[in-house]
Amino acid sequence: MSEQGSADVREVVIEYFDGTSRTATIIDREVPYPEGKLIVSRTDTKGFITHANQAFVDMSGYSQEELIGKNHYILRHPDMPAVAFAGLWETIEAGNKWHGYVKNLRKDGAYYWVKATVIPNIRNGQVVGYTSVRRKPSRSKIAESEALYATLK
Amino acid sequence: MTLNLTVSPDFAPDHISGWFIFNTWLQRQLETRVHLELYDCFDKQRADIKAGKYDLVYANPFDASMLVRELGFKALVRPLSKPDETIIATHAESSLTCVEDLAEGAQLVATDDPDVNRIGMIMLEPADLDSANTKLNTVDSYVIVAKHLLNNQADAGFFLKDAYDELSALIRKQMKVLVSSEISVVHHALLVGPEMQQFIPQLQDKLIGMAEDEKGKSVLESMNLLGWEIMTEEETEFMIDLIDTLID
Ligand SMILES: Cc1cc2nc3c(=O)[nH]c(=O)nc-3n(C[C@H](O)[C@H](O)[C@H](O)COP(=O)(O)O)c2cc1C
Repeated sequence: MSEQGSADVREVVIEYFDGTSRTATIIDREVPYPEGKLIVSRTDTKGFITHANQAFVDMSGYSQEELIGKNHYILRHPDMPAVAFAGLWETIEAGNKWHGYVKNLRKDGAYYWVKATVIPNIRNGQVVGYTSVRRKPSRSKIAESEALYATLK
Repeated sequence: MTLNLTVSPDFAPDHISGWFIFNTWLQRQLETRVHLELYDCFDKQRADIKAGKYDLVYANPFDASMLVRELGFKALVRPLSKPDETIIATHAESSLTCVEDLAEGAQLVATDDPDVNRIGMIMLEPADLDSANTKLNTVDSYVIVAKHLLNNQADAGFFLKDAYDELSALIRKQMKVLVSSEISVVHHALLVGPEMQQFIPQLQDKLIGMAEDEKGKSVLESMNLLGWEIMTEEETEFMIDLIDTLID
């Protein structure tokens, strides 16, 4: 990303709910959603990734090995307000389906927008994990979400 | 004892005879009478399945969800290398170059295939289109969907990719693809009803073996299938969870 001007690159400390944090390089560059694909992942009940499809690997920039076993917050972009994810967890822990627009952080610091749906995986009446399936969002929904999230931070 | 078999109405009409050949093959393998019933309409078939008329169903992925979660069916096998993918196409000379070029009020044409139509609508979301701000004309077959596009009676049409690929080259040349899904984990499945589950190992055995013997292979060819693959319970649940995320 040598062509990126320094104004578009910043170092941000991201603090996660579990008390850990990391310094991430954030680049103001959007990677377009791959046409026709669904980005799919599954987690255990705590949000640790147990499955990621090829589109997930390609878009996130992490390898399959780097993703499995990691907390899903590895994709957390600092522009995403914490309340969005609080709403997600509240919804899925109550056994319901959650829809939302999410700006995700890639390993290289760039970002991509998705329309995400998360559902609980129920086996023999027990929640054993969660599945998230993302699809391509419209530009108007991205613009709406950007405006909304800016007010929630 | 007679087993009742039905097949999702979304396969190309050329392969109808293939399913009757499969039925005869199955009958010989199981040494039991098997009755095959075909439908040209999804709703009527679904009602009969819900009424418990069938022991074996070759189902499209959306119906497979209903069969497993609501009716206690179990998936036996899926067709080898045959994911269900959806294409949105338009007239070759249309000014549209991508889905986002479609505007509110767009005229769509499709069959009544529920999974193709759902995925098709999802692929229109990037253009802020949904069932409320588009018009959908439902026709009887993919050939008719193509005709509507060629006659400029619709802006865009939904196709099962397999069906699109089987249209004549002459028809395909007059259309262009705006977007083609690459989901790869959503597919048809052969499922067995709750009363028949003691036959699962035997059935799986015979079905998997089909690609390995001459007779079985020719039966598969007549259905335009390469073979079958076992579907584990967790694979089935995974596909159903995924489909669940696609239904609002
Ligand atoms: C199935 C599933 C998928 C998720 N996908 C994402 C995602 O793509 N991006 C993201 O930032 N958070 C995702 N989350 C939410 C994270 O678990 C986490 O709550 C979020 O990143 C916020 O991090 P924090 O709780 O440490 O603030 C997902 C959670 C689940 C259960």
